Amino acid sequence: MEHGKKKRGPKIQTSTAVGSESDPDANIWSFITSRSTSSWFLCISLFAVLIRLAVALHPYSGAHTPPMFGDYEAQRHWMEITVNLPVKDWYRNSSVNDLGYWGLDYPPLTAYQSYFHGVLLKFFDPASVSLFTSRGYESYIGKLLMRWTVLMSDLMIFFPAVLYFITVYYSGKTTGDRSNMAWHTLMILLNPCIILIDHGHFQYNCISLGLTLAAVAAILSDRDLVGSMLFCLALNHKQMSAYYAPAFFGYLLGKSLRRKNPILEVLKLGFVVLGTFALVWWPYLHSMDASLEVLSRLAPFERGIYEDYVANFWCATSVVVKWKRLFSTQLLKLLSLTATVSACIPSMIQLMWSPTKRGFLQGLLNCSLSFYLFSFQVHEKSILLPFCQQASWLWKNHLSSGG
Amino acid sequence: MEKPPNSSHQIGGGIWWPALVATVVKLLLIPAYRSTDFEVHRNWLAITHSLPLSRWYSDTTSQWTLDYPPFFAYFEKFLSFFASRVDPTMTHLHHGLNYASERTILFQRLSVTLSDSILVYSAYRLTRNINFSSFERFLIWALVIWSPGLFIVDHLHFQYNGFLLGMLLLSISFLEEGKDLVGGFFFAVLLCFKHLFAVAAPVYFVYLFRHYCRGGLVKGFGRLVLIGSVVLVVFAAAYGPFLYYGQMQEVLRRMFPFGRGLCHAYWAPNFWVFYIMLDKFLAFLLVKLGFNIQAPKASFTGGLVGDSSPFAVLPTVTPLITFITVLLAISPCLVKAWRNPQPRMVSKWPFKISFPPPRYTVSFYSLFPLLFEAQEYPIKVVLLLLHAVLMFFGFSSRFPARSATTAGALVKGRDNTSETPAFHIGWFGKSYLFGLLFVEIWGQFLHRMVLVCVAHFWVTSDNRKYETTIRNWFCTLRLDVKQAEIQNYTMGDLVLAKLRALLISILMGAGVFLGTRRGGARVGSIPQHVKYEGVIHGSASSADYRGTITRLLLHVAVRIDFCYVSVPVSETAELG
Repeated sequence: MEHGKKKRGPKIQTSTAVGSESDPDANIWSFITSRSTSSWFLCISLFAVLIRLAVALHPYSGAHTPPMFGDYEAQRHWMEITVNLPVKDWYRNSSVNDLGYWGLDYPPLTAYQSYFHGVLLKFFDPASVSLFTSRGYESYIGKLLMRWTVLMSDLMIFFPAVLYFITVYYSGKTTGDRSNMAWHTLMILLNPCIILIDHGHFQYNCISLGLTLAAVAAILSDRDLVGSMLFCLALNHKQMSAYYAPAFFGYLLGKSLRRKNPILEVLKLGFVVLGTFALVWWPYLHSMDASLEVLSRLAPFERGIYEDYVANFWCATSVVVKWKRLFSTQLLKLLSLTATVSACIPSMIQLMWSPTKRGFLQGLLNCSLSFYLFSFQVHEKSILLPFCQQASWLWKNHLSSGG
Repeated sequence: MEKPPNSSHQIGGGIWWPALVATVVKLLLIPAYRSTDFEVHRNWLAITHSLPLSRWYSDTTSQWTLDYPPFFAYFEKFLSFFASRVDPTMTHLHHGLNYASERTILFQRLSVTLSDSILVYSAYRLTRNINFSSFERFLIWALVIWSPGLFIVDHLHFQYNGFLLGMLLLSISFLEEGKDLVGGFFFAVLLCFKHLFAVAAPVYFVYLFRHYCRGGLVKGFGRLVLIGSVVLVVFAAAYGPFLYYGQMQEVLRRMFPFGRGLCHAYWAPNFWVFYIMLDKFLAFLLVKLGFNIQAPKASFTGGLVGDSSPFAVLPTVTPLITFITVLLAISPCLVKAWRNPQPRMVSKWPFKISFPPPRYTVSFYSLFPLLFEAQEYPIKVVLLLLHAVLMFFGFSSRFPARSATTAGALVKGRDNTSETPAFHIGWFGKSYLFGLLFVEIWGQFLHRMVLVCVAHFWVTSDNRKYETTIRNWFCTLRLDVKQAEIQNYTMGDLVLAKLRALLISILMGAGVFLGTRRGGARVGSIPQHVKYEGVIHGSASSADYRGTITRLLLHVAVRIDFCYVSVPVSETAELG
């Protein structure tokens, strides 16, 4: 895996150099990109799938290491729980659901996804999702099936989302941008972080990232309602997507306020957002307790302000300032909240003040970065969010300055 | 790996990136499935490392005895210097048996990947010489370096074909430049690496004889002596030491074990499949008619066939017969080479040429049984698809590019209106490719289902047995199959393998025949040659020394690699 990761760097650079050459007859790349979008997208997707498959051959993190194994076991355990227990018990600690052992701590959409995949697994390999007995279940076929569920999610959500985003982003531009389009696609699809975390380490970030990307694309093509619905879905798959929320909120609010009928627009958006949330949370809405139970699972404040290896502000400065020792958790929460909000507030104000599409993309990057740097208990994979966004708009800047 | 070329600055950087991308994928494939050939090559490392040269070809510690020509043994010896430093157990003759530590795997895989640099260089060198447009260069590079056949055989299955193929290309590139002596030298070296490449030897011989050894009797004879002595020196360097130790007989017996029979369980889709089917059919017919036919003891699916004739009715095919068939089959090539020895045509002859692209896809498809584990299944499919798509784009843009009427538009299978020889896959090619899809789906899922159902309804006397079979089938469908279970083939599996091979053969045969008709009209190729392709596969494989699936399929792989390399070359030669 390491080799692959290191080698990919120079390849992209050299190929960028090749790709940007003017002669259309120069190389195979130009030939591929001079064709219709579907054909080069097919080529690139096939290659991206190949890389994913090859990475998936390697062991996932935590393989053969009891007692907790790793994220693979967490995902498998969620499938086990969701397949075998009624919806109401998914987030509740009980004799059959020990939340201490990889308790479900993602929003309901993840649980539904686990349920769906769990049903598939149950059909093909019942032993891998049987209650209790399947803990630490590792087998050739089990691993293969799990890898397949990730690949399928990737293919069904992330890839179409990327295609959607790229077509929207480059719509109205001249055909000369075709090569850029293809490179842009390649940059997003071959993003080593996403591939390694999803297909190597084992997670399902492709779903929430894909939904977010689709939401961005929808908003860029002025389908605000669709966009906000997709973003709510992303938010309900991984709460981490909230990193983007200020930008979405600021942009959509700013845009609505500039419409002819601001209150109606805001109401429409609010209705869509609340409706999506209600739909996803439906099984937990019957009582306040049930909802709070789920909510409490989603916010892991007990873990401390930073993990020891996440390269954010708190961890970096802890070399000098021992945050954890100097302040109480309560105070730290407040501190990180203040820092995060103050870091992303300029972007939000800017977006509300003048909601442009370019500003929206930049706002997404700003907000996600400020969350990554300053918020409480950042998971290392969160860097995916700014990274993904960065890839989507920095491309343009790179081109205009570089060539 | 290679120096930047003088001609154009783009190209030097050009070959780097297909090569790098391929290397990345190869490195990622390190933990993938590997066949017994991995152990074979490890054992050879051990043999060459721990035994004196005189015992290399007589050692039988492991069942995977050394059976490649001496240069390959020297190559293993060279590798074993490093191998013993990486992990001493790897090169231990006894302790190393079936040894596969992480370092061993890494070392072996890396050695294959590194040796591929010769292939990269030779592909670069070959395309440097002829007047290719830079796009054609890229296409050839991408197709050579990205060959799914190579990926499957070398980097998953585990063998060292990349650099051997590279050496062949190197030899061809010298011939194209007119440096016949050097080209001949490299080919002789190649023969001492892997005698499989002897299939190209007659063509080489005729070509060199007619092209190099001409210009009067005296000069011609002098050159004949010169090139003969070059070849002799190479062979002496390879076999000399063994001759010195009196090992020649062992070496030859290892290299050509004719006792293993004509075909193997996983039939290479070749001519002899039809022969065997005919035999089975005749035997069946004669038994029905009341004749007393002894069913042969040896079966074609057992792997080791032994001495008894596996044929019930038809005469046994001896190595001599297959040799004669091969010579007959390639004679059109030889005649052509004899009459018109042009350097730029050289790459065509050994490879009988100008197949329509679907042909390659089928050829690679015929390698599929090499990787039968579920984990590698998607990888081989994606590799094949990627290759097919690239090839399709490459060829479809290569031809309309001249007419510019269809440039930029995706050329679908339909005939387009341009007058220039536009690339198109006609209705036949399409049905051919879709037939492939059908064969795969049939082979993977439908076949068992249909067979089992038929068996269930027709043979009601033994219901329980078929119920078990049905349950087994469902188990396979549900991917419950473990590696060990797959090894124990049931009769159904074997029938399946046979049927699949037969279908592929028919598809290939028909495709070659009809494809030639279409393709022949387009680029003016030599259609007769193509028809013999199947025979060549067949006969050469009978001379193959170890009846393993690997050898046969590898054989196909190597030949296919020849074919597709030569196509861009030859077509360019025609058009340019």
